[in-house]
This record gives sequence, C-alpha cells and structure tokens, in this order.
Amino acid sequence: METKSLSIDIKEEQKKAQELVKKQGLRVLVCAGTGCVANGSLGVIERFKELGADVSVLTDYDKMTIVPTGCHGFCEQGVLVSIPDKHVTYVKVRYKDVEEIYETHIRGGKPVERLLYTDPQSGEHIHKDENINFYAKQNRTALKNCGNINAESIDEAIAVRGYEALYNVLTENNPDGVIETIEKSGLRGRGGGGFPTGRKWRFTAANRGGKSYVVCNGDEGDPGAFMDRSIMEGDPHKLLEGMAIAAFAIGADEGYIYVRAEYPLAIERLRKAIKDAEERHFLGKNIMGSGFSFTVHIKEGAGAFVCGEETALIASIEGERGMPRPKPPFPANKGLFGRPTLINNVETLANVPVIILNGADWFAQMGTETSKGTKTFALTGEVNNTGLIEVPMGTTLRQIIFDIGGGIRGGKKFKAVQIGGPSGGCLTEEHLDLPMDYDSLIKAGAMVGSGGLVVMAEDTCMVEVARFFMNFTKNESCGKCVPCREGTKNMLKILEKIVAGKGELSDLDLLEELAHTVKEGSLCGLGKTAPNPVLSTLKYFRDEYIAHIVDKKCPAGVCTAMKKIVINEEKCKGCTKCARTCPVGAIEGTVKQPHHIDQEKCIKCEACLKSCPFKAIELQ
Amino acid sequence: MSIDTSRKISTSKLDEILQSYGCKKSNLIAILQKVQEEYRYLPEEALIYIGTKIEGLSPATVFGVATFYAQFSLEPKGKFEIKVCDGTACHVRGSMPVLNAIRNKLNIKEGQLTSENGLFSLETVSCLGACGLAPVVVINGKVYPQMTSDAITIVLDTLLKEEE
Repeated sequence: METKSLSIDIKEEQKKAQELVKKQGLRVLVCAGTGCVANGSLGVIERFKELGADVSVLTDYDKMTIVPTGCHGFCEQGVLVSIPDKHVTYVKVRYKDVEEIYETHIRGGKPVERLLYTDPQSGEHIHKDENINFYAKQNRTALKNCGNINAESIDEAIAVRGYEALYNVLTENNPDGVIETIEKSGLRGRGGGGFPTGRKWRFTAANRGGKSYVVCNGDEGDPGAFMDRSIMEGDPHKLLEGMAIAAFAIGADEGYIYVRAEYPLAIERLRKAIKDAEERHFLGKNIMGSGFSFTVHIKEGAGAFVCGEETALIASIEGERGMPRPKPPFPANKGLFGRPTLINNVETLANVPVIILNGADWFAQMGTETSKGTKTFALTGEVNNTGLIEVPMGTTLRQIIFDIGGGIRGGKKFKAVQIGGPSGGCLTEEHLDLPMDYDSLIKAGAMVGSGGLVVMAEDTCMVEVARFFMNFTKNESCGKCVPCREGTKNMLKILEKIVAGKGELSDLDLLEELAHTVKEGSLCGLGKTAPNPVLSTLKYFRDEYIAHIVDKKCPAGVCTAMKKIVINEEKCKGCTKCARTCPVGAIEGTVKQPHHIDQEKCIKCEACLKSCPFKAIELQ
Repeated sequence: MSIDTSRKISTSKLDEILQSYGCKKSNLIAILQKVQEEYRYLPEEALIYIGTKIEGLSPATVFGVATFYAQFSLEPKGKFEIKVCDGTACHVRGSMPVLNAIRNKLNIKEGQLTSENGLFSLETVSCLGACGLAPVVVINGKVYPQMTSDAITIVLDTLLKEEE
C-alpha cells in the first residue's frame, strides 16, 4: 500500500506545543484527580494562583504555571504537588501549606522538609520521586502521562507525542500492518478476560466494508479498581488516540465510550478532549487530511455492574436493560446495532499508541512468556501506600505489597489479598512469590481481572469477605439466567447463616456444589466467576469457616453475631455512663453497683465499650 | 418539610427533553437521566408518557429499563443525597460503622430511602473509584474522604445547622 501525505505535520505541531509548555516557566503540578480533589486540591490550586500573580521576584524563572493534572496514583498521600524542575514532590499539601512552599522553596530555593514524603522504614524525608519506593519500583507505560500533564490541554498531550502514533499509522496507510503489530506485541485485554487484543482486532477486521463500531469499555465496575478512571481523567487523549488507531485498523468510522455514571469528572474531561481533538482534526471527519473519519460519542452508564460484560454493554448503549446476550454471535460479527463491533477496555486501548510508537518488540520484552507488557493495579485496603501502580507483568505480590505498598498498615500481619474484585479470588502468604500474570493466577484459582488488589490483614474475616462479594454479585445479577440468579441468592443465604453463627457442617458441601453449578451453568462472565471468592476462601481458609460453624467463633473478631460484650464486675464502679450511652437500653444496674448487659437486647454496637472510663467493658 | 409527590409532571418539559435526544430509543437511558435530574426521581406518569412518545417502546419497556439500573429511583430522593461507598476497599476499612452512624443520626431505617422530613436520602454504592481515600461518603456530589462514625456525624450536624 502506498504511504499518504497528510495535511498536518505532527512534528511541527509537537514543536509548537513544546514551545507553549516551555513558555509556562516553572511548572507546578498539582494533582486534580478525584482523590486529591476530595482532599482539597482545588483550594491548593487557587492559593497557588493567588500567590503566583507575583512573578517578578522569581530569579531563575520569569513565570510560574500551575498545572492541574490527572491522578499521580499516590492517593494515600494527596494532595500531591510536584515541581519537576526542582526534582521535588510534596505530599499531603493543604491550603495553608501553599504559602510556605511558595515562599521557602519557589522563591527561597530551600525545600520544605516537613512536607516531603517520609519513608516509613527509615523515617527519612525523601526529595525525589524516583527515590520514593512507591514510584521507584514501577514501570509506567499506560499511566506515563497521568499526573505529568494538564489533562484538559490538548497541547500538553501533543507535546509528549500525543497523536504521533495515529499520524504514523495514517501515513503508512496499512491497516493490516497495524493489526500485525498489535498481535506481535502480545497485548492481551486488560479488562479481565485477557483475550489477545490483536486477534480480536483481526476477527472484527474480517468484516470490513460495511458499517462497524469501536466501543471502549469504561464501565469499571469492580469495586476496588480505579485505573480506567485515572486514565480517562488524567490522559484522555491517549485513550482517544488508541480508539482512532483501532478504528482505522478494523475499518470503523464511529465509536462509543461507555463510562460509569459514578465517574462525573472522567465524563467531563473526555467531553472536552473530544471537542479539542475534533477542532485540531485528530478526530472527526477526514482526520489530518487522510480521508479517514472517526467520530466518538460518550454514553453514560446508569449503575449496573453487569454492563462491564461486552454484550450487556452493547444492550445498554442501545438503550435497553443491560442484559448479556448469548455468544455466538460474537460482537466481532454482530454487535452494536447488529453491526461488527470491536470492544476493548480503557487500559488496553491506552497501551495501543505506546506500542505503535515504540514497536511490538519493545512491548513484548516486558512481562512474562505469555503475558506481555505492564499492568496497572489498584492497591487498596490494609496497606500503607494505597494508590494506583503500574508494573511489568510477572512482578510478584511481595514486591507489590511490601516494596511498593510499604507493607501492612499499623504493623498488622498480612493475611490475604483479594485480586480481581468479585470475580477474582484470594491469594495468601504462600502466593507472595507468585508472578502476577494471567496464567499463573488462573492456576492459583484467581484472576488478574481488572487489577484491583485489596489487601487484607489478620483482623479481616474471610467468611465475611466471601459474604460481602456474594451479596454484591447477588445484587448485580441481571436475573436472565437461572443458575446465576438463584444460585447467588442461595449461596448468600448459606453464607449469612454461617456468619450469624447458625451454620452446619453440611452447609459447606452444599455451598461447594452450588458454586460449581453456578460456575458451569451461567450465561455470562458475571455468573461464571461469581463463585470464585467462595471457592478460593473455602480452599485457603476452610478452618475459618469451621471455626464459625463448630466453635461458633469468628477468629478475626469481626462477625457481630459471635461477639459478646460483657461488663467485668470487678472493674465496674457503677458510674451509669454506659447505661446512658446504650442506644437500645440493654444495660441495667443501680448507681455504684456493677452493671450488666442484657444479651438479648444488645446490638453489639460497642458504644458502651468506648464510653467506659474504667475499661470495665470487655469484648469476648 | 414533607416530600412533595403531588408536583405535576410538565409534559412540555418532558417533550423538551425527548426532543433534545431526538426522541430516539437508543437514548432512553440518557433521557431518563435528564428526567431524574429534573424531578430528583422518575415519576410514574413521566415513564408512561415517555413510553408512548418514543417509537418502538412501550411504558412497560421504559419501566423495565428504569428498574434495571441502580441509578434510577422511582421514589423521591432527599434534598441531600448521601451515598456511602461499600466497595471492597471501603468495606475493609470500615464503611458499615459509618453507614450505621448515618442511619442512627438521621433515623433512616434499613430499606428506607428517604428520611421522614424529605431532607436526606441514603444509599450504598458499590464503588466510587476513590479507593485510596477509603472509606468515602458522597453527599450531593461532594466526596468526603477517610470517614469515621464521628467524622460523618460532624458533617451531618453542619448540614443540619445550615438547614435551620
């Protein structure tokens, strides 16, 4: 195929954009992701702007620019303020701290020690990002620009090679070549399934000729995962570019991004990005004068976990109840509005421009034999450094939790990590050195899923966790197929019975039988994976189930039904404080005489426990 | 203040919303979202009206869609919409005590959506994607990070004071 010359020279555009960035002078990056906004980053930005009006006094820069960025990932330590030219990142910055940063560091040249990150192990202040363990052990590819550019400025995206990959693809004018590159890179779907992306593209491209669609799945429903949100908020142009490249490869001219309604900021940023990209001819009709057209629409979800399943998502875009449809026909042949449709997840598409720019070999050298490249993980729960990370596939759990995550919070003991949300499973101490890739995790009875990692410590009850997930999937089951609808409901009933201290040993067999039936009999991924948390906790923490059933005890001390709150008569002075605090009037006794708790009435809220000045109330 | 359920449905307002989405079947979810924004819930009359106006739809289908998605409510919501995140990360870090504190404070029972005075509605949501700040509570779009039962009580007290 012949190469094409386009009406825009991307290198020229890049130069212009880089000049604009240079003119900003000293760049002060303030995180404006959802997490930091909640911690007050908008106030921090305002305060900087007020102070920054006085620019003449800066000696080595004639100007300072406050850049609101997407998520840096280190949400635990927000608000994050970083000044790349001064090689410094400040953490937990609040409105009142801004003046000190401005006066002491930006004008005075001396870093503000108290706002630097403190290493939890050594207790030392750390100046540079690259020395903070959380960042040092990462390899950011899809997230590369998140937190480093102004997510609302297309120029900043162009300055860091945004739309260059699309330009190259359109110049070379070889759609099959693009598919070959993606195939060769070994990229697999990052949304959960792990299906080879290139192969999916090839299937859809086989139907070139008529109308077809590219759909981006941004319905990040797994509780505990927020990488897609961060990409959409922090680097929306990378996602749009990835979609445009996919559309060119498979011959589509229209695309949809399906975003959860719970992500209003992502929707706002994507809307702006689409508008800006259309104005600059990177999207819309006749992109960069190549003759190729691609328009993108945003569809807001309305709160249904099952819509993350591709056929349910298609039904939802069409305005129907988001119920999965049987496959085949696969979306590649008959998808949205009955036309061939390519559906990829946000993170998958964000990897595409990077692969085109750096080559398939570059991507394939990262990761393991069967899982190439990097993967983002949302590290949350009982870990010191919660946040969003990106590491090569095959990194071990130990490296993630203890090196990057800084270990378990409050010096507690590690118990398990739940990976892949309600569809995944739990991994225990014995898996700490397991390489995190698609196939090793499947073998261990878990799955990468979307990449949510919720760390649990010794005081988490695994039976309760299984109940929690089952409650979630029961609520989210769409009700179309019987095994999932009835199976999740009955599994939940059994789990609730065990948690309430009324379980019998035979319940465990029934639970297992049900789990296998639901797994095998369900129509879509939701039902097929819903029993995973039950199966994996039964496999690794059967003793906890047995403790609940036989000893009527919750080893982690979580399950309220098995808790008993009593008053130690020797310590009780009869001050009546607890009796007055109790919301249900379960505590009786006369002044200066030991009180006691009516166990029938007690709701185990522990209010009395906190109120007692003599520590006479004990939890058994 | 009591819940105003008698508020008349304005067909001209509904027509305006329908028109802005081209009265298209595939835009049904977006249309319902707009209607809910307008009335803070989906009144039954509105669902019937939409079902008869859009070609290829029936009131039953519209009702089916409205009841499928968690975002839609057929009951009026409060002036303050409280959403307690009960995603995994929030759950592990103690979202339930926070939820119970709100229930006690506002006297909203389990299974009840809106408080008697119509001021507050309370729901749990699966995940707001702000897991780094767990547990989180969102009130009318504002995210309150790292909540405890004491902290949320202070937040609610402030809101109640403002209302007086």
